[in-house]
Amino acid sequence: MSNVGIVIVSHSPKIAEGAADMVRQMVGDVVPLAWSGGDVDGGLGTNVAGILEAIETAWSPAGVAILVDLGGAETNSEMAVEMLPEDRRARVLVCNAPVVEGAVIAATESSGGSSLAAVKRSAEEFYA
Amino acid sequence: MSLDRVARERLVQALAASVIEHADELTSLDQAIGDGDHGLNMKRGFEAVLAALPGLADKSLPEMLKAIGMTLVMKVGGASGPLVGTFFMELGKALPERPGRADLVAATEKAIEAVKARGRSEAGQKTLLDVLVPVHAVLAGGGDAKAIAAEAVQAADRTTPMQALRGRASFLGERSVGHMDPGSRSASLLIGAAVETLEFEVNP
Repeated sequence: MSNVGIVIVSHSPKIAEGAADMVRQMVGDVVPLAWSGGDVDGGLGTNVAGILEAIETAWSPAGVAILVDLGGAETNSEMAVEMLPEDRRARVLVCNAPVVEGAVIAATESSGGSSLAAVKRSAEEFYA
Repeated sequence: MSLDRVARERLVQALAASVIEHADELTSLDQAIGDGDHGLNMKRGFEAVLAALPGLADKSLPEMLKAIGMTLVMKVGGASGPLVGTFFMELGKALPERPGRADLVAATEKAIEAVKARGRSEAGQKTLLDVLVPVHAVLAGGGDAKAIAAEAVQAADRTTPMQALRGRASFLGERSVGHMDPGSRSASLLIGAAVETLEFEVNP
């Protein structure tokens, strides 16, 4: 599968999982999808290891778009991207978009075979 | 400055203790203007650092700092993990094994620049940079341990009247005024602990 992968990162595991459920309902199995939510102890928060794992799960040669909720989710996602092997780093982008709407739009765009840049652009149209 | 194994271990213990002993205070500061997890997050991170002793102190100073940074990145969570972790990692990358004062000035400057880039922030936005930047100025200006420690405390105090422009507290707008920034407080605690330990090593 060479559609762009989608990763959802929220402080709340329930929000991340719920958003992923909504995405799955929209696009089925044609888009690689994973989520990460909660800190390493399972409380509200985000963690780099979990995000790295989600990127690995949703990995696609076409790249991965990450949707985040609040500040720490963004900072931890950017940190995770920097820790990826160099050849993967440029193919993972954090989107400046609302997490639920952005994830659904990004996944819909991806399901049509769009490029990573196009997927990111569509998600970010929410804030444009 | 040369830190032997015992001194490195003492440094790690002092850094960890400064945060762990003040976890409740950091949490209540964060409850006022953030999401209330700063104390717990930092405690979790530094407990993981302590758990890496004694092996951690077997490493050279730069390697030890990098390892501390990586542990904080992976364990702290929140925005503080990448920010504080980046500071330690970059410090480790920039410091030689036996740093002099000029090395310390140059390395902390690099580490501060990395924190700015990671948080897309500058001093004046009610973040840990409001402690790191003025403390660095005192270090670069030749201030002694006492002056550095005093500036760390005062700089954290000066975040109280600031309005937050980055991080969760920025959602509060003007309501963030009147509370000390938790990240500034933890940075100040870490600097205080580092300075005290290092001064002891230089002038026991």
